[in-house]
Amino acid sequence: MWKKVYEWLDERLGLNDLYKNLLDRPEPKGNWWNTLGSAALFLFILQGVTGIFLTVYYTPSPDHAYDSINYIMNGVAFGWLIRGIHHWGATLMVVVVFIHMLRVFVTASFKYPRELTWLIGIGLFLLTLGMGFTGYLLPWNQQSYWATTVGTQIAGSVPFIGDFILKALRGGPDLSALTLQRFFSAHIWMLPAALAGLIGVHLYLIIKHGESNFPSKED
Amino acid sequence: MSDEGHTGHNEISRRDFIKVTTGIVGGVIGVVVGLPAIAYLLDPAFKSGAKEAWIPIGKFADMQVGKPYAFSFTRVQVNGWERTSTSHGGFVIRKSDNPTDMVIFNSRCTHLGCTVNWRADAQAFICPCHDGKFGMDGKVLGGPPPRPLDQYTDFRVTQDGVLEIYYKES
Repeated sequence: MWKKVYEWLDERLGLNDLYKNLLDRPEPKGNWWNTLGSAALFLFILQGVTGIFLTVYYTPSPDHAYDSINYIMNGVAFGWLIRGIHHWGATLMVVVVFIHMLRVFVTASFKYPRELTWLIGIGLFLLTLGMGFTGYLLPWNQQSYWATTVGTQIAGSVPFIGDFILKALRGGPDLSALTLQRFFSAHIWMLPAALAGLIGVHLYLIIKHGESNFPSKED
Repeated sequence: MSDEGHTGHNEISRRDFIKVTTGIVGGVIGVVVGLPAIAYLLDPAFKSGAKEAWIPIGKFADMQVGKPYAFSFTRVQVNGWERTSTSHGGFVIRKSDNPTDMVIFNSRCTHLGCTVNWRADAQAFICPCHDGKFGMDGKVLGGPPPRPLDQYTDFRVTQDGVLEIYYKES
């Protein structure tokens, strides 16, 4: 019965072809370092799901941001778990993406024909850091407030256009409700959309070119 | 890879082992995160919204027979991280010296929820919004209200001589 259902679906969706081309690709040689990209993808999805769940209770306003997170932690069933996963997943994602990048660098996997995969990967790394930076402000506690004050100040130290960058980041000369709102918008809409799009291209390129062999002694 | 060596028997191939392990680990993660996530999402629906309390409204000795005694109190509702306070009010009317022989009206007009006032000259509760008129027994004397004034039916006088009403949030 299930076989019939599957065959019906497969005939129309091409599930077998999808599986063969997307997941059943040949690997040069089994190596745990080659799994870091998948780990990063998994973390991205995990962050996306827990993040969506957090928006059910979180409010990005200076009046309520801190209280709403307090409520998530103490008032909602398993709120501590959802936020905990999001909190630690964020740190882990930065670490995993960075080690993934190091692996590609060390094994010289960025060379022809994978230069674009590498460049897009750099974009993904920077976007991941951007997610960390914008997400850090959202709890609106002392730590996040001053971290963002310092962070935007550093961005503002760029010669000539520094002041403009600072005001663009903060939504004005001071850290305010506008800052919180635009960080929130960047954190849940703009950066994730950019990440998802670039991840799509990144994955397409990996499937197209296959995974690179580790360099041998002759290389 | 190496499973060609052991022919037949109950050995599972390396590939199948990986598949099964991945499935089990994935399932466990899915359940461990998925079920709490559902509880998290539906949490407000499991909380009981109704709050009830005995509320002191005034010294019993101050309430005279046959003269409406106005009182008011404030309730604070906490919804998540937001606090809203609502004012409530009413009138105590003692009918005789018997300390239980009294009615306690809610001053919320049964028409559209404005607060009625006692007017001694008219001997009636008048609603300022649409001229709803209620008698001392709470019955509608005129105007648009569809039913008599609501009553607080549970009340008690404490040992200190304070009249308390039982308030239940609906």
